[in-house]
Amino acid sequence: MNTQTRTLLNTGKAASIMTKPSITQFEHKSNNDAPVKVDVKNLQVFYGKFRALAGVDLAVRENQITAIIGPSGCGKSTLLRSFNRMNDLTAGCRVQGEVSLDGDNLYAAGVDVVDIRRRVGMVFQRPNPFPKSIYDNVAYGPRLYGVRRRTDLQEIVERSLKSAALWDEVKDKLGQSGMSLSGGQQQRLCIARALAVEPEVILMDEPASALDPISTLKIEELMQELKRNYTIVIVTHNMQQAARVSDYTAMMMIDEQRAGRMIEYDQTNIIFTRPKDKRTEDYVTGRFG
Amino acid sequence: MTRFSEVLKRSGRMRSRQRKIANAFMLSLTAFLTALALVPLFWIITYVIARGGQYINLDFFTQLPRPMGIAGGGVLHAIEGTIVISILAALFSIPPGVLAAFYAARNPNSPLGVAVRFSTDVLSGIPSIVIGLVAYALIVQPQGHYSALAGGIALAILMLPIILRTTEEMLKLVPHSLREASLALGAAEWKTSLSVLFPAALNGILTGFLLAIARAAGETAPLLLTTLGNDHYDIAQIIRGGLQTHQSIFQIVGRMLNQPVDSLPLTLWKYAQQPYPERINQAWAVALVLMIFVLSINIIARAWIQVRTRRLQG
Amino acid sequence: MRKTFEMEIQQLKDELLLMGSMVEQQLLDAVDALKRRDVEASRRIYAADGKINSKRFGIEEQVMILIATQQPMAHDLRLLASILEVSAELERMGDYAKGIATINIRIGDEPLLKPLIDIPRMAQKAADMLHRALTAFINEDVETARAIPAEDDEVDELYKQVYRDLMAFVIADPRTIDRANFLDWTAHNLERFADRVTNICERTVFIVTGEIIEIGSSSSGDV
Repeated sequence: MNTQTRTLLNTGKAASIMTKPSITQFEHKSNNDAPVKVDVKNLQVFYGKFRALAGVDLAVRENQITAIIGPSGCGKSTLLRSFNRMNDLTAGCRVQGEVSLDGDNLYAAGVDVVDIRRRVGMVFQRPNPFPKSIYDNVAYGPRLYGVRRRTDLQEIVERSLKSAALWDEVKDKLGQSGMSLSGGQQQRLCIARALAVEPEVILMDEPASALDPISTLKIEELMQELKRNYTIVIVTHNMQQAARVSDYTAMMMIDEQRAGRMIEYDQTNIIFTRPKDKRTEDYVTGRFG
Repeated sequence: MTRFSEVLKRSGRMRSRQRKIANAFMLSLTAFLTALALVPLFWIITYVIARGGQYINLDFFTQLPRPMGIAGGGVLHAIEGTIVISILAALFSIPPGVLAAFYAARNPNSPLGVAVRFSTDVLSGIPSIVIGLVAYALIVQPQGHYSALAGGIALAILMLPIILRTTEEMLKLVPHSLREASLALGAAEWKTSLSVLFPAALNGILTGFLLAIARAAGETAPLLLTTLGNDHYDIAQIIRGGLQTHQSIFQIVGRMLNQPVDSLPLTLWKYAQQPYPERINQAWAVALVLMIFVLSINIIARAWIQVRTRRLQG
Repeated sequence: MRKTFEMEIQQLKDELLLMGSMVEQQLLDAVDALKRRDVEASRRIYAADGKINSKRFGIEEQVMILIATQQPMAHDLRLLASILEVSAELERMGDYAKGIATINIRIGDEPLLKPLIDIPRMAQKAADMLHRALTAFINEDVETARAIPAEDDEVDELYKQVYRDLMAFVIADPRTIDRANFLDWTAHNLERFADRVTNICERTVFIVTGEIIEIGSSSSGDV
């Protein structure tokens, strides 16, 4: 892909590098200086009497991809859904602790859930386009927030579809049903739909688990593009995927009371090469359970 | 120790032949029984066409009944009555039925949701004559006269459980994630129901509507007690008369609804009881018209859904 | 869990141990052949190095296959990367043994400058270090791995001793310089051999702790 010719450095330059106090290492993807975008502090989520999350802390950094991994039923999705208060929709769900977006607690009194959901978009496990045209799918969100002018909507739809790397494939058939697209295209349509309301954070709940490998790679490539402008949190069962796409990885597991806990949270490079916790080690090497 | 593979080798050929024979036998049995089940259907259709077909002509659809003994005349009054009652019944049953279904689908375990489902079951089990009786007691008696309105309400009660049930089932079939996708974009619950769930379930819901209408259009018993019958019901006449006397549109519609009307099954029932051969013949013709009416509703519904599905799936 | 994968890693470890034994044997044989002035034996040793090299390629290929097919993570990944690294080290160590065999062939019919005393000791010590370092590697025995590099000092000391002895010969009679050089070169090969044992020990620590550290012997970089 890279056609740039690479040559050895000239000796003078090399010598100057060698005499520097520290030799530059490979640049890692993750950026430790990125500010915290979503800060989870001692989060506890209850379904009725059952405690699903037991005191989770997590600092999601801005413009980084954070993967949440862990065995089934460890509370990954519950944690993800607390980021846009989708848990509110589950009957009997109660939340304690704090999830703050840019420092403002989402669970404070008087917070407008609609505003949160505009700022924190979500993409689901199975592609779920509405039974509407491609255009109306993307325009759905903007219309909710009162965008009515045709030219405005057209602009938003085009920009969102371009950001989701779908524009070229659908620009001639915007009037066709969103359900007429292939699975991978449908999922990118869902991403475009989420992008249309210009969120700051995008939550992805196993976004590629229902897709074929090529479509999966396209979504993963897209995520790398998107992270320039958005903060992404992804839940995935696929550890290779977490390793490929994410900058940070959070490892979760259930404790004896079957409540989800954060076991380890670190740069992805570290989690997959030298995790500190034995349970993380067992999980990422496939020896869990 | 006997190995399975050895047993299989010994008995393999025979078993395979036995299996083939059994298979062929069962297959022909199912084919035969299917054909048997279709016999009554074709028998009814051909018989009705044979008996009623010859009496159907243009007058039959466009003219009111003639007095006994005079040849010709039609059942326009009954066709119009059936349409008016069906529209009324649809208007009274569809909105509450659909809304209740949304509620029940959304809150299946709430007390009200359980109550809705339970009463739906009970309602669908009530004989239609009883519903006619209730409509008679609640509307016909206080009003002092039979009316299309009373018939529409009686049929609406009959249709309600069908609409509610099919709508609820169709809403349940809409993937949960579709609802979540809308809510995650910040849409309110009612907005999600209206612009995502309803369109997604529309095919099934409309099928439910049409099935309910087809069912109601064929009912006789409740109408006996609510609409009575009216040989002179003629919408064109009502409109013409109303316009001549400068009545408002509400008065005209009121006159349409607030008088006894006839319907196809009611007419069929009445004609079939009369001793005159021409009435009996006309009863067969009415039966044919009724059959065509119900059948075309079904066919239109299916064709429409085909087109819609194809458009949705691209 | 992952029984097949673990079995394949075990096989890989067995192969690596076998390769280590081959290298160890080559070294002892090479020095022994030199001591006995058995040029024929040295030729055989020289030829046998090819077997070590092909063993190394085999291990490398197997590591590649496991990385591609099993997507190893964390400990597994560190182990496989280290096996690759150690197999490369062993191959180079085999080359040192081959180097000593070459010296014997080059010396040909000429008598040795002096009887070999310290050089066989060096060989014994280096082979022993390799043996224990590789055992520690396979068993992931960090304690042993951390201790072995210090023993490199002993080899270095012996090398200095050999060097001084040879210098004395050369100063006394400059014409002995070629023959002295042969022996110095032999000792140098042994010294390098022992140095590389340290790298194997560092890998052992890496597998267990995930950290790459340099375990320096006090004299590393000397001479």
